[in-house]
Amino acid sequence: MSVGQGVESAVEAGGFDEAPLRDLLETYQDQRGALIPLLQGTQAAYGYLPAEAMESIARALREPLSQVFGVATFYAQFRLVPRARNVVRVCHGTACHVSGAPLVSLEIERNLGIGDGENTEDMMFTIENVACLGACGMAPVMMINDRTYGKLSPDSAVKAVKEFRAKEEGENGSGDTSAVSEAEDADGAEA
Amino acid sequence: MATATAIRRPTELHARLVVPDVEIGICLGTGGVAAGGDEVFAAFEAGLAGTGVFAVVKPREDACQGSCASITGTGCRGMCAMDVLVDVLTRKEGVESKVTYGTVTEKMVAKIIEEHIIGGEPVHKWIVLSDDEPTSHNEFYQLQDRLVLRNCGTIDPEIIDDYLEAGGYRGLYKVLTEMTPEQVHQEVLASGLRGRGGAGFPTGLKWKFAAEAPSATGEKFFICNGDEGDPGAFMDRSVLEGDPHSVFEGMAIGGYAIGADHGYVYVRAEYPLAIKRLKIALKQAEDRGLLGANIMDSDFSFHLKIKEGAGAFVCGEETALMQSIEGKRGMPRLRPPFPAQSGLWKSPTNINNVETLACVPWIITEGAEAFAGRGFEKSKGTKVFALTGKVKRSGLAEVPMGLTLRDVIYSIGGGMKDDKEFRAVQMGGPSGGCLPASLLDTRVDYEELNETGAIVGSGGMVVLDTDNCIVDTARFFLKFTQAESCGKCVPCRVGTVRMLEILTRICEGKGVPEDIGLLETLADDIKAGSLCALGGTAPNPVLTSLKYFREEFEEHINEKRCRAGACAELTTYWIVAEACTGCRACSRACPVDAITGEKKEVHVIDSEVCIRCGACYQKCRFDAVRRQ
Repeated sequence: MSVGQGVESAVEAGGFDEAPLRDLLETYQDQRGALIPLLQGTQAAYGYLPAEAMESIARALREPLSQVFGVATFYAQFRLVPRARNVVRVCHGTACHVSGAPLVSLEIERNLGIGDGENTEDMMFTIENVACLGACGMAPVMMINDRTYGKLSPDSAVKAVKEFRAKEEGENGSGDTSAVSEAEDADGAEA
Repeated sequence: MATATAIRRPTELHARLVVPDVEIGICLGTGGVAAGGDEVFAAFEAGLAGTGVFAVVKPREDACQGSCASITGTGCRGMCAMDVLVDVLTRKEGVESKVTYGTVTEKMVAKIIEEHIIGGEPVHKWIVLSDDEPTSHNEFYQLQDRLVLRNCGTIDPEIIDDYLEAGGYRGLYKVLTEMTPEQVHQEVLASGLRGRGGAGFPTGLKWKFAAEAPSATGEKFFICNGDEGDPGAFMDRSVLEGDPHSVFEGMAIGGYAIGADHGYVYVRAEYPLAIKRLKIALKQAEDRGLLGANIMDSDFSFHLKIKEGAGAFVCGEETALMQSIEGKRGMPRLRPPFPAQSGLWKSPTNINNVETLACVPWIITEGAEAFAGRGFEKSKGTKVFALTGKVKRSGLAEVPMGLTLRDVIYSIGGGMKDDKEFRAVQMGGPSGGCLPASLLDTRVDYEELNETGAIVGSGGMVVLDTDNCIVDTARFFLKFTQAESCGKCVPCRVGTVRMLEILTRICEGKGVPEDIGLLETLADDIKAGSLCALGGTAPNPVLTSLKYFREEFEEHINEKRCRAGACAELTTYWIVAEACTGCRACSRACPVDAITGEKKEVHVIDSEVCIRCGACYQKCRFDAVRRQ
């Protein structure tokens, strides 16, 4: 995923890689209302909003850093810490809530060993509980990145997460056999 | 009226080069994709090519000699519970016949191709809709009247020619050639169209105010509010995904009416598919000269931009939305001045909801009278409802205003899922409320619903059965509004926290009798002391629940009992030995390993360990797990 590569390349540079941000600033700097699109672009490139990037944006827009930070913390979309390569968004809209979303969440969190807003140790998944994904007819629903999964049960949700992991690991050829994924495999075989 | 002499009709479309013998339409809305629509699409493509009988063509691009078939990805047609929905239209000796298959998976495609498309005999057991052999699902559409959703599910939203062929951009052509801006807002006013985002303000009047407002900056703006944040509502998403041009056309007509030449479509970032389709549609409309500078060679220009929201429910409020477009924290501000006088970048600005705008081209082409002829008393036209929760057929339903809740839930929705007992219907999301069975004959009408304490709102309609707890549902909405409060007004910022604390302790069995009175006092204060509708309506779910389901609150407080078994702290689970087969389904489902027992022997729940999540209760097929 491009988001993940962005994070890695920024880290590899032994600090902050300004290049992606410079392109964004060139595109948006002179537009009205540029701050939010700039932050969105920055997050897409780096996976989160690095402090250095917010400082550069504030300078470029001639806005106080507090203004940039204020916007970054107001909106649910923005993250100030890196997130994992893939995001599992579990919908907690009304239709999902009454159709068993709390159980789906519980089971995914148990399986990945993390809670809402946290990253797995191998940086494979971040869990985000969201208000409504708008696919209420398919409740309960979750998304892994841009793909939506509907009519979930706790079991099928975990199965989808596991299949996604297996596919990712297969593609990367990393054969990541951390304790977490081994435990999952055993669990899966029993189910 | 625009003055240019030769305004171009929007009829320059790439006509179909062939009329395929078979047309397959596959739902690729969010619901369809979630159910595997892309895979079904690919299976049809591969399957048809593999037969050697049909050439798979794009009707506007490819000519074809022998037999040919087309496959189209369409938007949402409403019956989301049956996704993936696949239409198969066959033409034989001039006779067309069309059936719709439901819950189609990849594996079913080969049989449909072999028996129906080649063999000529539909696969009857999978049909959900058919003119020739009506099924019980035909009821889903019987009471519907689809104006807003007129093209959703029939056209390919990524091909502008489909929209043009369905009559698209003719409304815009009509206003540019025949009507003055004043006539346009008069026409919309005469139609009786009211804002579909929830407030129900007459759209024509809103346009008139913005049209008459002088602009100190020399600019005016027209904004489409696509920040559909109510949990349980997805009508705007479906329109944006399934028929994006209808919203653009409505905006351009509105821009002409108020004198704006710039517009913004503000869409939730949580709707990636809608954003993608809007961008494709915008490019196509600009390429054809239907948006941008000198539309259809007239002197009217309308430049559109797509703005992605960043995740804040309060941005559905119009002043907050404009703050967000300006790149600030989305916090509402005091009105007046109203946006019509001073809105985006201090210029006169008009904001309408997606569904409202999708009505506009229809009103212009079909006439205000046709729209006003539908509906009930002061609520004209139709309204799209997102019918979800515990109904058999959840999905999107567009009905004339004035139908009863019972019609919508029982006829269109097919009644209660698993034939459980109806408990309540939640109308209008976090600003609305829960209505009991005794109010099922209430009409869906702005005034009549307001009287009950619920609202039409954006159109979310969530049906609850006896497994759902009313107190928990009220807490659910309070939790939502509390988290989404922008923090500007103290009564909303702090008051919602206090209300949530009280509701939480009631759900946990720690409520005291004074709590009900305290909730009501806080509710009044929050309503009175909040600037915007988020705070002003946040207590509604609690107030309506107290109005119609007071005894459930009292049971939680006085008897420490949750009749639905949904509040964990008030519920205990146990296994009835006589019914338990030892199948281990419950112990496998238990997230905390609270259930023990050997295979084929009676299982036992350790209530010390049990977290009362109900997973075992749902899994048991022998009614051995009980709760109270």
